[in-house]
Amino acid sequence: MIRETHLNLGIIALLIAIPAWALMADEPFIITLMTRAVVFALAAVGLNIALGLGGLVSLGHAVFFGIGGYAMGILAHHAQTYTPLTEWPFLLEGTKSMPVIWLTAIVASTFAALVIGILSLRTAGVYFIMITLAFGQMFFFFAISWSAYGGEDGLSIYVRNGFPGLNTLVPVQYFGLCLVILLAALFLNARLAKSPFGLALNAARQTPARVETVGLDPTRLKLVAFVISGAITGLAGALFADLNRFVSPTMFSWQLSGEIMIFVIIGGVGRLFGPVVGALVFVALEHLLGGLSEYWHIYLGILLLLIVLFGRGGIIGMLCGRERLHD
Amino acid sequence: MTFVLFAEQVLNGLQFGIMLFLMAAGLTLIFGVMGLINLAHGSLYMIGAFAAAAVAGATGSFLLALIAALAAAAAAGALVEIVVIRRLYDKDHLDQVLATFALILIFSEGTRWVFGSFPLFLNIPETLSGPVTLPGGIQYPLYRITLIVAGLLVAVGLGLLISRTRIGIQIRAGENDREMIAALGIDISRLYTLVFALGAALAGLAGALVGAIQSVQVGMGEPVLILAFVVIVIGGIGSIKGALIGSLLVGLTDTLGGVFLPQLFKLVMEPSAATNLGSSLASMAIYILMGAVLIWRPTGLFGARA
Repeated sequence: MIRETHLNLGIIALLIAIPAWALMADEPFIITLMTRAVVFALAAVGLNIALGLGGLVSLGHAVFFGIGGYAMGILAHHAQTYTPLTEWPFLLEGTKSMPVIWLTAIVASTFAALVIGILSLRTAGVYFIMITLAFGQMFFFFAISWSAYGGEDGLSIYVRNGFPGLNTLVPVQYFGLCLVILLAALFLNARLAKSPFGLALNAARQTPARVETVGLDPTRLKLVAFVISGAITGLAGALFADLNRFVSPTMFSWQLSGEIMIFVIIGGVGRLFGPVVGALVFVALEHLLGGLSEYWHIYLGILLLLIVLFGRGGIIGMLCGRERLHD
Repeated sequence: MTFVLFAEQVLNGLQFGIMLFLMAAGLTLIFGVMGLINLAHGSLYMIGAFAAAAVAGATGSFLLALIAALAAAAAAGALVEIVVIRRLYDKDHLDQVLATFALILIFSEGTRWVFGSFPLFLNIPETLSGPVTLPGGIQYPLYRITLIVAGLLVAVGLGLLISRTRIGIQIRAGENDREMIAALGIDISRLYTLVFALGAALAGLAGALVGAIQSVQVGMGEPVLILAFVVIVIGGIGSIKGALIGSLLVGLTDTLGGVFLPQLFKLVMEPSAATNLGSSLASMAIYILMGAVLIWRPTGLFGARA
């Protein structure tokens, strides 16, 4: 059995070494692929906070991913067509600046997570799964029918948005930016898990009744976790849209919600680096199997089935064994 | 807006709702008895539609196509239950979601592999095509009327099956206490396979019936599955009556909203903006309905009180 901290350091090393090698070997496509994995990992880190810490099986996280994507799409679309978003009550212009876009994505997905969370957390268990799935579908259909922003066709952005001091069009620079954000989110996640809030949330997942007896509100704890989770996934959505320079309603699709959940499960639910491992493995499979067969989803399905039925705890669980209770 | 248009739209809503009921009834039965959330239910719907389209294409008989749809979906359901689903009953919902999500991937890609990506077409049988004139001078397609009648018959049959037969007693007992009925000597794993196959057959029937008015293609099941979830959330998990009422509510809201919301907005706005806003809102109407029901009754209209 490998110590989990050693494994985590190894994964970080890998995240730096592969693009570094690709840069040297002049393989920009590998760097783009790694960026895709890192952005997916960030989305899954978001979900892992709700799922791993809070025990909330949200099958609608594509909502936040899509909101982040559309935050980028709408702002950049207005900037590239030189039309203001609104002239009333005050003039609001589009923007090509990443920090502004990220902030918008985070604020918008926080708000959406708050509303969806308040409604969905009135129930639990299987209802919660169905409701989050249904809200995801609601946003999907809304995006399709919203013809002002491309409807079904989505929005294309011609030039990637800018970040002060960087040339984001260079693949490795954009990768570095995404990696820094991912590491920051992981750091936040680690701090959160050890904070009084994280401990209370952990307890609320396991025995809500006891948490209530000591005077804490388990629903409120879960709601906060859901909102933080949605905000991180929303940020990932903005990065993903910028990576592709394209947003479309598929960012809201239920398949994407399922995939974000797959990243978490393949890696290991509740493990800090679970989402990262899951996203890396998924993107690698997508690339390798997708090259072999048009029908690679069959193999993905079989693999997933085997992990659920036989491999408890995902890849990190298999490598490191059961989570230790005290660090 | 005329009375005839309104009546037609109500009938469309009923037809849509009753088909949703066939999906939702199976889902809610499976959840009620086995405590399993089955995302792959949409795949069974798709299998029913593909089996019907393939058999109708080969033999030209719609009746044979329906039988094939029922048989194929029930067989696929039983097979999946025995191979995979059976291992999931004791696991938590997260594992069930993932495993059945994996099944969707396998079924969808498998179907694409066999039948290709192009949609198939299933024709409405000669005897059921064409319109009929209903009282009040409403011209309405005979096939859609048949769907409503057939769906209602299935609903009544299902109700009788559960309230009057021995199998029904076992199903209801299974919902209340599975350990107990196993202890009373009922082969619980056979009962589970049976319930799963029954739910699958209902989904397959819905797929075949709807397949004749829409195109039969890979991925057709999942939108219907998610709507069936909305139905169950509204009606309450495990309740067949809730599934029926929820389906009709969702079917009517979706259909009437799609037609009348844009028109309603036209009264106060310019036409193009009204169409945009109206159709956007209409696409969200059933979810707003769901939200409202949740605020009012978190366990659905007919769900057990938590």
